[in-house]
Amino acid sequence: MIENVLENLLDAYPAKTMRNRKEHMVVKEADEEKPSIEANQRTIPGIMTNRGCCFAGCKGVVLGPLKDVVHIVHGPIGCSYYTWGTRRHKGKTKEGEKNFLNYCFSTDMQDSDIVFGGEKKLKQAIDEVVELFDPDAITITATCPVGLIGDDINSVAKAAQKEYGIPILGFDCEGYKGVSQSAGHHIANNELMEHVVGTKEKETKKYPINILGEYNIGGDGFEIARVLEKIGYEIVSIMTGDGTLEDIKESHSADLNLVQCHRSINYIAEMFEEKYGIPWLKVNFIGPKAMSKSLRNMAKYFGDEELIQRTEKVIAEEMEEIKEPLAKYRELCEGNTACLFVGGSRAHHYQNLFREIGIEPVLAGYEFGHRDDYEGREVIPEITKTADDRNIPDLEVEKDEKRYRLRLSKERYKKLKEEMPLGDYEGMIKEMDNGKIIIDDLNHYETEVLLNALKPAVFGSGIKDKYVAQKMGIFSKQLHSYDYSGPYAGFKGAVNFARDISAGINTPTWSHITPPWKNEPEIEGKLRGAI
Amino acid sequence: MAVRSKEIEERSALVVNPAKTCQPIGAMYAALGINKCLPHSHGSQGCCSFHRMHLTRHFRDPIVASTSSFTEGASVFGGRSNLMTAMKNVFNIYDPDVVAINTTCLSETIGDDIGSMVAGMDIPEGKTIIHASTPSYVGSHITGFSNMVQAMAKQLAETTEDDGTNGKINIIPGFVDPGDMREIKRITKIMGIPFIMFPDTTGVVDSPITGKYEMYPAGGTTVEKIKDAGNSKSTIALGSFASAEGAFELDRKCDVPPNVLKTPIGIKATDEFIMQLVKMTGKEVPYALEEERGQLVDIMTDTHYHFHGKKAAIFGDPDIVIALTELALSLGIEPTYVLTGTPDNSFEEEVEEMLAGAGVEGKVKAGGDLFELQQWIKNESVDLLLGNTYGKYIAKEKDIPLVRVGFPILDRSVHSYLPIVGYRGAMRLIEKISGALLDREDREATEEDLELVM
Repeated sequence: MIENVLENLLDAYPAKTMRNRKEHMVVKEADEEKPSIEANQRTIPGIMTNRGCCFAGCKGVVLGPLKDVVHIVHGPIGCSYYTWGTRRHKGKTKEGEKNFLNYCFSTDMQDSDIVFGGEKKLKQAIDEVVELFDPDAITITATCPVGLIGDDINSVAKAAQKEYGIPILGFDCEGYKGVSQSAGHHIANNELMEHVVGTKEKETKKYPINILGEYNIGGDGFEIARVLEKIGYEIVSIMTGDGTLEDIKESHSADLNLVQCHRSINYIAEMFEEKYGIPWLKVNFIGPKAMSKSLRNMAKYFGDEELIQRTEKVIAEEMEEIKEPLAKYRELCEGNTACLFVGGSRAHHYQNLFREIGIEPVLAGYEFGHRDDYEGREVIPEITKTADDRNIPDLEVEKDEKRYRLRLSKERYKKLKEEMPLGDYEGMIKEMDNGKIIIDDLNHYETEVLLNALKPAVFGSGIKDKYVAQKMGIFSKQLHSYDYSGPYAGFKGAVNFARDISAGINTPTWSHITPPWKNEPEIEGKLRGAI
Repeated sequence: MAVRSKEIEERSALVVNPAKTCQPIGAMYAALGINKCLPHSHGSQGCCSFHRMHLTRHFRDPIVASTSSFTEGASVFGGRSNLMTAMKNVFNIYDPDVVAINTTCLSETIGDDIGSMVAGMDIPEGKTIIHASTPSYVGSHITGFSNMVQAMAKQLAETTEDDGTNGKINIIPGFVDPGDMREIKRITKIMGIPFIMFPDTTGVVDSPITGKYEMYPAGGTTVEKIKDAGNSKSTIALGSFASAEGAFELDRKCDVPPNVLKTPIGIKATDEFIMQLVKMTGKEVPYALEEERGQLVDIMTDTHYHFHGKKAAIFGDPDIVIALTELALSLGIEPTYVLTGTPDNSFEEEVEEMLAGAGVEGKVKAGGDLFELQQWIKNESVDLLLGNTYGKYIAKEKDIPLVRVGFPILDRSVHSYLPIVGYRGAMRLIEKISGALLDREDREATEEDLELVM
């Protein structure tokens, strides 16, 4: 039946588009051991994609959450404006810290800047930022016209860094680069790795860790940090939710990297390992079961009996606290289905949480994931680089002889790797049941057709789709912004999530969509006189 | 983080907390006011995504638009091939009656000539493509709206009637919510005047929930009607920044005389709108409108002491801010700071004249940003903020009530359904403003000063 739906769906496309889109859909079958899917390819022009651009991934996603930095967007006003306060990466100001998250900075390029070049204006803007805001660091992100007119933001940044003695970093993340936000994540992260990580030393305490690929949407990072600190971990840095550039400078001193969003940062985790000897562990902090498993893996990694005991105690405490409310909401959600289209990791992470409240995911897809996010890291050697990939500069790192430190013996590493996703990620598809659909870069037309066919109780997606689903009478939960709620991560977050999903599915408003006169049109009772 | 510096440094390069955004989003919003129209963004995917997201957040309704999805190659070699592929897919998959293409800073910088690309295209029978040049590095989103409206006039309107008129008047409503467009149409209808409104986003971005998703809801002005606008007796452009160019274009192309008025917010601007309708058509104002007007004056008189002498900062888009300033003055509020992000000196002249006429001393700025407004307020505070959602950072820091008016409103709902224009819109604004001011008074009152009757 599902196959028929997909076939009919594809039939509506022009031939070339049809062939392309077909490669991006898979129905998981029992007999097919390794289903393969096309991903991280260009969206065909004219297709109403949900994807954004390189700039959005660089400034909006990775750099935006760094709160102690002034982010100057070099370009016309829009790009800075749309990434101002819209992504819900929260950041608390600690004593003595600077926090510019509520501010929006732009060079607001005008036509004369396009004609004569914008480098002077950029330099002037840096001067004005330093004068007015005195930040500890500045980023400069490039928008489409910057690369086209040949403004050299890096040389402006370099000169200004020398003049002011603070890190001033340029990012060539013009919107037309790559095929989605993903290219921007690479550009941002590579530069942080190259110019920021390892620029300041730190004396660490017990169990020092970094959290990579956690952006503190709706306070997720706060909730994760609360539990990790309760257990006794020292969080050296977070890339980049509630993060600071100051902390990232010291991130090479951690003993373990946790990778939450595999898509946006797995390559950085690899570089940390190569350069500093820090292993990485794929974690999933979404859903109490996944969270508990991740915590146990972490404790086992450090192998300290006291830490293992403490972890079990904290898990027990937290589980006890959420048991009752979670069960209550589960009762209200049970027996329903969900479709998920989000991110480069969330469509996987949230499946666990949905199952925990009794909702079965029947379709899942990533907006900007790569094949390894679907099929697991084992597929990486098979992925061939496209022209778009080659336009994003690669960063090669070497062993830092001074700072490289083996955290685990080779034997222990090997042993642990068999027990947990150490330096590994198995992807989304393996965790999905047979008969379920996986679609990459799902678009507006496909969303409409599939929601009509599958009629899920909830569609977890973004703001552009949300009201499409809701016009159909299907509750839609934004899984990028959480509909301004959260946190959803960790133990307590799961209760928030369950509460919001059960409210969305069960809100009485759905029952009013059809007016009563559509159901009972007949005249009833006695009427006096003619109408 | 609090702003450290009270001293206002002149900035020549840096914009902090903008009070404007870029052209394409305005063009996209205008295009949604055409029936069965798919706006198309000729540039990187991100532009289209950002604009759809922002409009969706303001309207809480689906906003459809497609994109040419530029890659690095397209940026170097030009976007013709992308546009051709895009149009083929768009007509095949999404089947709109009209596609309204807007450019972006990317396609403008590389010099893509959309006109010649469209001219060389095989457009399916019965379908239409219009296009507007909307470089993000000129003007603001209001300029983009104006450019797309002008494109509608230029590329669609025709003079076809023999005697040159269809007996209708054209109304260009400006960058306002569908709730406002509905109210403008209601007023014109009860005056008994046949009209063509374009663009008209009612029924498009405030469509009802029915259980069935319609990619092109019933609303919007049909292409036929916009064509017929070339036969109308006259055009009323509401708001000079968003609507005048469209009216001038109809004059140039089809000899339809233009009349540029303020956005009809507040009693004076609404009176002027209705007087203009009377002058153009000789129609009498029906009692229903006179009654509404009388009720409004009644309310203004009854409540004047809530407003008198209160200082306000007004910010947002130029047409709305100009009209709000006039409304504020009519209530006895002193608009001491008036600011728009859209660059144009005529804004300053118009507002300064209004303030001078009322004997109010205030700072007025076009092409300003909210950081500057924040600094002004830091030096001398106000009792009220009137503007869009972005004012909430200032409102929070300085503990000043913010009444949300204009675009965008991202943190409250219902605004797009109900009017701020006309006599009834003025009543609604008075209710909102007095509510905000009196809630504040109640909150701050000591036990003995808490008034039951106010």
